[in-house]
Amino acid sequence: MNHASSLDKLLATDPADAGCDATFALLDVYVEVELAGQDPRSRFPGLAAHLRSCEACQADYQGLLAAVSGLDG
Amino acid sequence: MSGWAMGRALDAESRLWVQGLRAGGSEREATLARLHGLLLRVARHEAHRRSGSLRLRGPELDDLANQAADDALMAIATKVDGFRGQSRFTTWAYKFVLFEVSTKLARHFWRTSTVPLEQQDWDRLPDLLGVQPHQRAEWHELLAALRRAVEEDLTDRQRKVFVAVALNNVPMDVLALELASNRNAIYKTLFDTRRKLRASLAANGYLPQTASRRP
Repeated sequence: MNHASSLDKLLATDPADAGCDATFALLDVYVEVELAGQDPRSRFPGLAAHLRSCEACQADYQGLLAAVSGLDG
Repeated sequence: MSGWAMGRALDAESRLWVQGLRAGGSEREATLARLHGLLLRVARHEAHRRSGSLRLRGPELDDLANQAADDALMAIATKVDGFRGQSRFTTWAYKFVLFEVSTKLARHFWRTSTVPLEQQDWDRLPDLLGVQPHQRAEWHELLAALRRAVEEDLTDRQRKVFVAVALNNVPMDVLALELASNRNAIYKTLFDTRRKLRASLAANGYLPQTASRRP
C-alpha cells in the first residue's frame, strides 16, 4: 500500500456525489430500476456515487432492497 | 430523460393507497391501519437486521419498530401529495420507515460504544490507514502532516465531524443526534472537510494535486 492510495481512501470525495437528501428523494426509484433488471448506476450516477461513500444511505438502500424484494410479496 | 425520472401513471394499487389516504372517515382509517401493518413488518425486519451490535432484544426492539412505524405513517400521511408515482407507493412508503429505524437505532449507539466524539487517539491512526509496523517510520511525516491539518486548518465543527465519523467510526445518524443536526448536513460537512484536508496535504507536497481515484 502506498501513501497516496491509503490517504485517498480516507479523504476521497466524488464530485458527482448527490448527497443524502437527493439520494433519499429518489431511493425508491433507484431500487425499482435495479429490481427491474436495469442498471440504476448509469441512470442515477449521482446516487450511485453517494451510495458508494455514505454508509448510512447504503444501509437504507440495502434495507429497501430487502423490504421490496423479500417482504412485499 | 427516462420514464423513471419523469414519473409515470400510478399503477392500480398505488392509486388505491393514495385515494385511501386522501379520503375521510372510515376509509382513511382503514387505509392507515393497513399501511401501518406493512410498515411495522418492514420496521421489525430492519430493526432486527441492524441491531446486532446494539444488544437490543425482544420487547425493546419491538417497541423501537412500533415507534418507527408510527412516525413513518405520520410522515407518509403528511407527504402523500408529494408522491409522484415514480415508483410503487409501497416502495416509496418503505423508505420513510427505514429512515425512522435508522434514526431510532442511533439513539441506542452509546449503550454499547465508548468511542470519543471529539478526541482522536492519533496512535491508532496507522492501524486505521492499514500501515504495517515496519512502514511506520516512512509514514511518520505524513501522519504528522494530517494531524496538523486536522488541528489547524479545520473549523471546530469540521474537526468534530471528521474525527467522529472518519476517524472514530461514529455513525452519521448518531452524530446528527448529538449535534442536533441531520444526516445530510453532517455528510456535507464531512465531504467539504475531506476536500479541505486533501487540498492542504496536496499544497504541502504530501499528496498529488488531483485525486488519484474516486471512491
